[in-house]
Amino acid sequence: MTQTVMKIEDLHLSFPVSRTLLDVVQRKPGKSVNALNGVSLELKQGETLGVVGESGCGKSTLARCIVRLYPPTSGQIHFDDQDIFGAQARKDRTYNRRVQMMFQDPYSSLNPRMTTGDILAEALRVHEMRPEAEIAPRIAELLDLVRLPQDAAEKLPHEFSGGQRQRIAIARALAVEPEVLIADELVSALDVSVQAQVVNLLLELQERLHLTILFVAHDLRLVRHVSNRVAVIYLGRIVEIGDSETLFSAPSHPYSQALLSAAPSLDPDDKGAAIQLEGELPSPLNVPPGCPFHVRCRHVTDQCRKVIPELRALEGRGEVACHHAEEINQHA
Amino acid sequence: MTDHPILEVENLCTTFSRGDTALPAVRDVSFSLGKGQVQGLVGESGSGKSVTLRSILGLARHYGEVRGSVRWQGQELTTMTERQLRKIRGREIAMIFQEPMTSLNPLLTVGTQLTETLKAHTDLGRKARRDRAIEMLDHVGIPAAASRLGEYPHQFSGGMRQRVMIAIALAASPKLLLADEPTTALDVTIQAQILDLILKLADEMSMGVVLVTHDLGVVAQTCDTVAVMYAGRVVEQGYVRQVLRTPRHPYTEGLMRSVPQDVPPRTQLYSVPGTPPSLFSLPDGCAFAPRCQAASEACGSARPMLQDIAPGRQTACFHPLPATQDDAA
Repeated sequence: MTQTVMKIEDLHLSFPVSRTLLDVVQRKPGKSVNALNGVSLELKQGETLGVVGESGCGKSTLARCIVRLYPPTSGQIHFDDQDIFGAQARKDRTYNRRVQMMFQDPYSSLNPRMTTGDILAEALRVHEMRPEAEIAPRIAELLDLVRLPQDAAEKLPHEFSGGQRQRIAIARALAVEPEVLIADELVSALDVSVQAQVVNLLLELQERLHLTILFVAHDLRLVRHVSNRVAVIYLGRIVEIGDSETLFSAPSHPYSQALLSAAPSLDPDDKGAAIQLEGELPSPLNVPPGCPFHVRCRHVTDQCRKVIPELRALEGRGEVACHHAEEINQHA
Repeated sequence: MTDHPILEVENLCTTFSRGDTALPAVRDVSFSLGKGQVQGLVGESGSGKSVTLRSILGLARHYGEVRGSVRWQGQELTTMTERQLRKIRGREIAMIFQEPMTSLNPLLTVGTQLTETLKAHTDLGRKARRDRAIEMLDHVGIPAAASRLGEYPHQFSGGMRQRVMIAIALAASPKLLLADEPTTALDVTIQAQILDLILKLADEMSMGVVLVTHDLGVVAQTCDTVAVMYAGRVVEQGYVRQVLRTPRHPYTEGLMRSVPQDVPPRTQLYSVPGTPPSLFSLPDGCAFAPRCQAASEACGSARPMLQDIAPGRQTACFHPLPATQDDAA
């Protein structure tokens, strides 16, 4: 648990928005969407790190950055003490093998014209995992691993249900024997009863294969269930990170508190003291100055409007990016 | 469940056909709804909840065969002509659809879309319509309502668009609101705001609500009564408190247990084995039998009917789970 496998330092990513003709004529500067505004975190060997936040907060962007789908504007990601965006690492394809991603939509992430067998064989061939003769037995082994019937290898993706497709996606990721799995909303598109099956499979495989997992999801109950540690992201910035149970039972950042209290309880009599958040997530086109949460925060002061709070350790809790974390949590 | 139900749905069946095969999307759904009551329809995708809603409002009959009876304040809706229905839709019964992104016309301003409803269903003048539109936007919590009337849907965020949808639906003060997964596309913080809003308005306008959702948490927090659907049929219905606390149908229990709440972290979750059946090949007996642990031979050959097992509580199972003392409450 103690060894760090991946270290993300001050990651920034902004996507330029194309200027309209009117903007050019009026000489307005080009705008950009600030998806990530300085994310730093460490992924430790064998853990599951949950990443939660509202849509548009940058959680998927972070996942895609980690697998090098997006190059960051600034900041670094170190894997095995090597900068993954450095020239040396770019030539080296082993990173792609060791860190695998699984996507949200089981309907669009598999090639509809390739059979399951082809999909798995492609992954095995590209990374030269097995000599040609051993590919078929390895596919059988993989199907077994994710509990799909053996005849699945001959079938096309459309013949499977959503849950089975996600199993294929998991099998494809595991085919190349990765060390880190990035699961971007892996089970969000599935029904509850099927969701549980896939989550169980993931937990079991993690145990067996000693995988490190970054679990991005918006379903808070699920994240609490699967994660060792959890990071709460707001507007491209981590506002709180810490041990999953501590964070969920006693969130310290006002945003985490509101987010967690908004999840509807299963108990009809527990109407809960939901902390209502005013308004919505500000547009990442113009991130508010100071603390990004200040426009919706109940505890806002002048300091929040001007100074960006840094992540700092709070006694008995995780790390929190809030100027007033102590005062807020004293009353709680 | 109340003395004078405003909506009574009885043995509603909707069948789609593909080629020569008949697809039973909804089978024998019955429930009734009183003034100001919130009824939930919950189930997994493909269980027929949305089709039930569309059948109530006569939308499903354009592409399927609808049988059974839907009585709205004593009037039979299933036999009405389109012309008659049009007077009820929007005015007495309003519907909110799942995707706020696609159910607004991108080419018309929000104001036009709001006043259009008012023009069709009320006899307010132009000025009064505009005032009412502003009032409605204000009511659903859109800041600076007057200035936003002239804006287009793309200028609103997802949550705001769903509010606009609600404002349009409620503009003519309907007595019944059919909400098809109104918050599924939204974040939890916005979901809480929207659900609160719907509940508050239902209370103020003593409006009945039928809420379709797949989220048991949403049901627990908003509904008075709930019907759990599986493969087109209601397998269990009753008061929310009873159904969620002491489920009697194995499927309801399975659903409740697959939600990771109050289980030790990182342990195996309970999961219902197998997957929901396809409408093309429904089993002969109970549709849930192949996935059910309590299934006996009888379940495979005969279909259990929805039966009263307690006051206001019905379940369709040959081997219902035992009742507990909680059930009497």
